[in-house]
Amino acid sequence: MATASNETTFLLGRLNWDAIPHDPIVWATFVVVALGGIGLLAALTRYRLWGWLWREWFTSVDHKKIGIMYIILALVMLVRGFADAVMMRLQQVWAFGGSEGYLNSHHYDQIFTAHGVIMIFFVAMPFVTGLMNYVVPLQIGARDVSFPFLNNFSFWMTAGGAVIVMVSLFVGEFAQTGWLAFPPLSGIGYSPWVGVDYYIWGLQVAGVGTTLSGINLVVTIVKMRAPGMTMMRMPVFTWTSLCTNILIVASFPVLTATLVLLTLDRYVGTNFFTNDLGGNPMMYINLIWIWGHPEVYILILPLFGVFSEVTSTFSGKRLFGYSSMVYATVCITILSYLVWLHHFFTMGSGASVNSFFGITTMIISIPTGAKLFNWLFTMYGGRIRFELPMMWTVAFMLTFTVGGMTGVLLAVPPADFVLHNSLFLVAHFHNVIIGGVLFGCFAAINFWWPKAFGYKLDVFWGKVSFWFWVVGFWFAFMPLYVLGLMGVTRRLRVFDDPDLRIWFAIAALGAVLIAIGIAAMFVQFAVSIRKRQLNRDVTGDPWDGRTLEWATSSPPPDYNFAFSPVVHGLDAWWEMKKAGATRPDAAGFLPIHMPRNTGAGVVLAALSTICGLALVWYIWWLAALGFLAILAVSIAHSFNYNRDYHIPAEQVRAVEDARSRALAQGA
Amino acid sequence: MSMTATAVPPGKFWDTEPHHHEEGASTSLGFWIYLMSDCLMFAVLFAVYGVLGANYAAGPGPKDLFDLNLIALNTAMLLFSSITFGFAMLAMGRGDQRGTLRWLAVTLFFGLCFLAIEIYEFRHLIHLGAGPHRSGFLSAFFALVGTHGLHVAFGSIWLVTLMVQITQKGLIAANRRRMACLSMFWHFLDVIWIGVFTFVYLLGMI
Repeated sequence: MATASNETTFLLGRLNWDAIPHDPIVWATFVVVALGGIGLLAALTRYRLWGWLWREWFTSVDHKKIGIMYIILALVMLVRGFADAVMMRLQQVWAFGGSEGYLNSHHYDQIFTAHGVIMIFFVAMPFVTGLMNYVVPLQIGARDVSFPFLNNFSFWMTAGGAVIVMVSLFVGEFAQTGWLAFPPLSGIGYSPWVGVDYYIWGLQVAGVGTTLSGINLVVTIVKMRAPGMTMMRMPVFTWTSLCTNILIVASFPVLTATLVLLTLDRYVGTNFFTNDLGGNPMMYINLIWIWGHPEVYILILPLFGVFSEVTSTFSGKRLFGYSSMVYATVCITILSYLVWLHHFFTMGSGASVNSFFGITTMIISIPTGAKLFNWLFTMYGGRIRFELPMMWTVAFMLTFTVGGMTGVLLAVPPADFVLHNSLFLVAHFHNVIIGGVLFGCFAAINFWWPKAFGYKLDVFWGKVSFWFWVVGFWFAFMPLYVLGLMGVTRRLRVFDDPDLRIWFAIAALGAVLIAIGIAAMFVQFAVSIRKRQLNRDVTGDPWDGRTLEWATSSPPPDYNFAFSPVVHGLDAWWEMKKAGATRPDAAGFLPIHMPRNTGAGVVLAALSTICGLALVWYIWWLAALGFLAILAVSIAHSFNYNRDYHIPAEQVRAVEDARSRALAQGA
Repeated sequence: MSMTATAVPPGKFWDTEPHHHEEGASTSLGFWIYLMSDCLMFAVLFAVYGVLGANYAAGPGPKDLFDLNLIALNTAMLLFSSITFGFAMLAMGRGDQRGTLRWLAVTLFFGLCFLAIEIYEFRHLIHLGAGPHRSGFLSAFFALVGTHGLHVAFGSIWLVTLMVQITQKGLIAANRRRMACLSMFWHFLDVIWIGVFTFVYLLGMI
């Protein structure tokens, strides 16, 4: 275990050799990561890919490429977050009968904190943001988002936050506080070293990106819809994205402000959340959950949209109850602000306050239930095709409903007093986040992969992944419900009662099954990339889709649509197909106005990351320098007025003619 | 693939006419939404002041610390700066570049006066032993007022940048858009300050 020392030197702050963790597990991880990293860098250099990466991807302001980069970030971080999960499962099944297991408490506490932080902020969030980035502009018939440079910058800030969290694995430590870092434990008195500071700066850097990307997508959806697409003609995924991004804009500033106050407590010695001199730790818990509860809806709403698109596409029917789906989404958006206190019924606010929040919480299950019935009625009487996205959707419906019901159970304050902070709670939120968010992301990947890359994903490995994931999920989390009902609290490292062990063993088996599921997913990607000629789709519409993203080629050209689609009703592309609309390739093409790529986003995010790391380690000169550099680069960037260009009409014609030829050959 | 070549004119489903899209048409909406998110940040700080504002921890309270005359002067500086920014916008509307720059300079002057008085006040309080670490009340006070002051400081940097840009490029569309955004930002800070003045200073003296 590393020794905490806050003695500082001018040059390196409190960074010194003691910052290297004295832990063979971390060393082994470091060696693996370092070898992998060196291998990757060598390969990029060997095949001269740096220039291509920089020009085509890193500096790209194309919403499609940014969306893909978000999802790659999410997949990489999924592996890290899942490794943490496996380590916890192993520790908890090991540490019985006087055994301490293989993780000391300092290490174990970091692992459960990192697992939560990474899975929420750097897996679920980038996944969802990436999907919205990729799909929303296509669904509304736009050529990009409203602020393309901001989009690139937002992505790199999210990636910068992930870098800060990853650095903590090998230099210093991560927070040992749980994923929301409640004070006074997260105050300087009980967490004196760098762990909580890594947490704070990782989240702050990423949070800037999330807020800006929220603003960007709200404006995009409000202002850039194709002609004729009224609000009540928007695809449901676009609707849920709109609500999610409104929630982001309306809740992430609260997180930012709250973390700033915690920072002041730790760095300046203020008394916001301290126990003495007039501070109030419960205020932190209120504030953080005012962000935290909308956050869970930020994560799940877009996936509700995905399930809606998938269900109607693979049932070959228009979505049942479109308007009720929209109203349910809006209701959930509003209600998500009125329930935060259910996270701490045991605070002691009294019966009336607890009753209010208990009831509002139960009310949320009504619009959610309406959505489930809408999906079921969409399937009813439909000609259902059980392709992979549809399989994930059905698995979601079964799994998520159980998670929803245990949620309503926890909403009853007296029941919550018994189950608060128990493994029952842990089982509940994994039930809804894995069963809802993650299954939704997998449905979305299988659904839109052909749009992004022009070929379908391999079905066999997709099914392997599906079955291991779903079965593994039930094995991993049902035992936690049982343990929670027996009274086992969360975040425990060692156990006395040998009767509990069998349940932890079953949960560990579940984690192994999920590991196979994750591995199978990566195999699925690899196999599909290798066999891409076999699964190629030239139509751009492999699933007989209904919304506008299927109206263009796969992958879409840089400009998405040579001409803006004109929308006459819901399911615009379906209407076009029914009416026998032709591609407008005979018309005279026009030059297309597009935003220019820029490296400013990468540079600004890199500087922010350096600044964050300097603040973690009290390297004040570097932090000040980093801050000044951010200011200077921002100002310099604002002097660049040359931000767009036109794709010449001849080039548009060439691209569109190539597509016409491909379509003719395919037909 | 059900795309058969029947006689549906492409114009029905594709907008084939050339359009001129006004550049940056979404900027003001985007900036509005950003201001609302910023407003929420202040809402948190106000709420925190509401919760901790009476926690003096046996230390000094508002009546021991605040000098309303100084604060009235400070408030006047910020309100004047808002009026003069308004004059700058009017000059821009007339296409009067020199007038715009002159009024921006006046605005900057008032903004810097505001900041100078605020820094003086903070120094004075810290000198009295009433720094942000003294009590929950003072932590909340410094966070709320200081965050507002930081915003004014950033607004001033932005203002100088924009003055240089207007000098270089004139009142082109991009610069007019930036002026509109900075103007909203500046007035927004005024609105926040009125909340601070009422809620923190005036109510604190009752």
